[in-house]
Amino acid sequence: MSLISNLKPGGKHGVPSTESRDPIGYLVAGLNRLAQTDLLDKVRLRKPAEQAVFSVTRTGFKTMTNASRTFAKAGKKGQPGTRPAHAAASGVFDLTPGEDEQMLVDVVTEFADEVVRPAAFEADKACTAPDDLLKASLEIGLPILGLPEALGGVSEERSAMAGTLVAEALAKGDMGLAVATLAPGSVATAIGLWGTDAQQQTYLPAFSAEDGTVPAAALALNEPTVLFDVLSPSTTAKKSGDGYVLNGTKSLVARGDSAELFVVGADLDGKPVLFLVESSTEGLSVEGDPAMGVRAASMTKLVLEDVKVSADAVLGETDGSTYTECVRLSRLAWCALAIGTGQAVLDYVTPYVKEREAFGEPIANRQSVAFMVANIAIELQGMRLLTYRAASRAAAGKDFTREVALARKACTDKGMQIGLDGVQLLGGHGFVKEHPVERWYRDLRAIGIMEGTVLV
Amino acid sequence: MAINLEVPKKHRALVDQAHQVAMNMLRPISRKYDIAEHEYPKELDMLAAMIDGLSESGASEGAGATGVRRDADDGDKKGAVKNGANLASVTSVAEMCWGDTGLLLSMPRQGLGNSAIASVANDEQLERFKGRWASMAITEPSFGSDSAAISTTAVLDGDEYVINGEKIFVTSGERSDCIVVWATLDKSLGRAAIKSFVVEKGTEGVKVERLEEKLGIRASDTAVITFTNARVPKENLLGSPEINVEQGFAGAMATFDNTRPLVAAMAVGCARASLDLTRDLLKEAGIEVDYDKPAILQSAAAAKFLQLESDWEAGRLLTLQAAWMADNRKPNSLEASMAKAKAGRVGSDVTLSCVELCASVGYSEEELLEKWARDSKILDIFEGTQQIQQLIVARRILGLSSAELK
Repeated sequence: MSLISNLKPGGKHGVPSTESRDPIGYLVAGLNRLAQTDLLDKVRLRKPAEQAVFSVTRTGFKTMTNASRTFAKAGKKGQPGTRPAHAAASGVFDLTPGEDEQMLVDVVTEFADEVVRPAAFEADKACTAPDDLLKASLEIGLPILGLPEALGGVSEERSAMAGTLVAEALAKGDMGLAVATLAPGSVATAIGLWGTDAQQQTYLPAFSAEDGTVPAAALALNEPTVLFDVLSPSTTAKKSGDGYVLNGTKSLVARGDSAELFVVGADLDGKPVLFLVESSTEGLSVEGDPAMGVRAASMTKLVLEDVKVSADAVLGETDGSTYTECVRLSRLAWCALAIGTGQAVLDYVTPYVKEREAFGEPIANRQSVAFMVANIAIELQGMRLLTYRAASRAAAGKDFTREVALARKACTDKGMQIGLDGVQLLGGHGFVKEHPVERWYRDLRAIGIMEGTVLV
Repeated sequence: MAINLEVPKKHRALVDQAHQVAMNMLRPISRKYDIAEHEYPKELDMLAAMIDGLSESGASEGAGATGVRRDADDGDKKGAVKNGANLASVTSVAEMCWGDTGLLLSMPRQGLGNSAIASVANDEQLERFKGRWASMAITEPSFGSDSAAISTTAVLDGDEYVINGEKIFVTSGERSDCIVVWATLDKSLGRAAIKSFVVEKGTEGVKVERLEEKLGIRASDTAVITFTNARVPKENLLGSPEINVEQGFAGAMATFDNTRPLVAAMAVGCARASLDLTRDLLKEAGIEVDYDKPAILQSAAAAKFLQLESDWEAGRLLTLQAAWMADNRKPNSLEASMAKAKAGRVGSDVTLSCVELCASVGYSEEELLEKWARDSKILDIFEGTQQIQQLIVARRILGLSSAELK
């Protein structure tokens, strides 16, 4: 880069590249530099301090991936794995969850109310989920929720609907912690859905371990690309000898620093394909990638430099079909998270506007306030029904391409509106961290941006 | 049981049937009666006969305007989830409005008055008014949404009530056989004194003054009717004649819990007509929605269409929910108003946006898109405006009374 272009203000600090400096601009920029060198302690130039908690800092921190575990190969290569049965279709229009589903929702709701919500504020600040909360999430069986009994799981049939209800209930506690706790199970569900016998026998037993050693795992589909199209990843997989070589960068990878197994999306001969990559593989590194919201999920970038994987690292088909299915199921999970957080907003603002008084009466008595609450309730229920329809079709093995697209559209747009209105209804109090609505505002922006990460 | 939001298997034949009727009977005469406002669509008599026949045979599941009745003795297995007449009604009404909303509203013996009778009449009245075409007269020149402001009076005189007042916006007011009139027994007692009466056409003192010229649903006649010392037998009062101040307006308003999902279904049907045609026209113009590709990476037209379709589907599912709750005896005031609010506003957004997407093809009378954009507006107004629905939803969610949240 030439000196001239270095002096141009564009391209840094959110300044567009079309900007240029006039003489006063140069003067101000110079003064700013000077100010930053900390003239008050004139001893020496301040050395940029390395941040201890890597996930909170944005700049220049790289680390190796977690390398504590190697998965012992097992099972028959190339043999199709066990597949969950489709949920039986009753043909009756019904909005009542099944008995098992309801029990699950009750357990998770209690967990969300009593453990997740109280931990949410600190977890958001620290960009990490507390250990005891993650352990507790293992105890209620979140990692094996999407696995059939034959694979050490709990469900008798395809559990996209149960997964949706659970994600919703968890996100009512906190979206960031919901993502942190659901991420490992999402990878397990994916292996259950598309893995070969060998992949299932190699990886899944670890997820049903009862001694608290269930591995963190991450479904990495996002990339740091403007106008990112998840279906055309720029991460590449090239055939090399018996296996593949992966190169690229994945962004917003949940708990990438502790994950022991990644499912990475990459382009193989023009088709998007999923690859199983163990964290001990050479060429992997992670860096902190904290974002506007969903911070408790410890978002990271995953950098792949000449990462060699074997031929049986491919998860599912290489024609793009598995990858596309994965994208849809993960969008479904994000819709469920949006509903949960939207419900949290509604439940929070309802008592608030009834208690908060202005001009001698509760602000809820004013239509402009009350109608905002009414619209949150209406759109939220719309989001919920759209999502449930997509989920029930997925569980029954029906095509749900259109349904999940419609749900995602609603959950993105109306979900964000709910986030906005949640803050607005609390006025200045909504803007400060004393109330959780500002966190929900940041979290709800993730819907429509996030791809992968979680899956039902 | 499991969560399932597909149209139930057993209603699919009914929906297909309604769709065929809408396509082959209503669409061909849609523009004709839009232009010839106030002309009676004689084709509908044939259709009404067919609907009555289907309903007798039980093939229609009791769908239509009278499908809103909540029978006490439907003899179903206890605890079993029911997909009954309410769900059948909203799905078939939506199909018919995909054909033509104005014509659906003109369907003989399928008036809102019929829904009111089905909702609150006793068994004797139900039998007596069977096969009659009943319109509904609530609104007066001095009020719209504020039904409690009714100034039409009913005074008991011997075995008859004497009714006096003026009613406007009476759908099918000219064509119907009788009118369900809302009147007060004693204005000083407020809402509780408001009752509904079935008044036969031809009763002395009942006069259709004029028919309105309207923005849309022009196939449907909208009448101004005056009542001057019109005498009706006291047995024609629907519900209880007692003035129960405790219960207030609840009895009369119960009708709306049942009819609001029907109007929501009309908006759903009308809007789908616009979506279906626009999808077709956009495809001819080289635009197709890709449901997997992020919307912002597609053309603005495709992204807009996706938004419309998403909003529309939300309105549709809210409508099905409200009807499903009615079928399963769950209180559904909140959900009925949610459905009406969402479907009502989506109906306008979808039909107006489709006109915009199709440019002059959408705006011209050559296509029906402009007509649907006119027809849909009323659906966000009658049976409770958008604002009234929001008020109801807000009061329910916030637990506020009408005195607190005005």
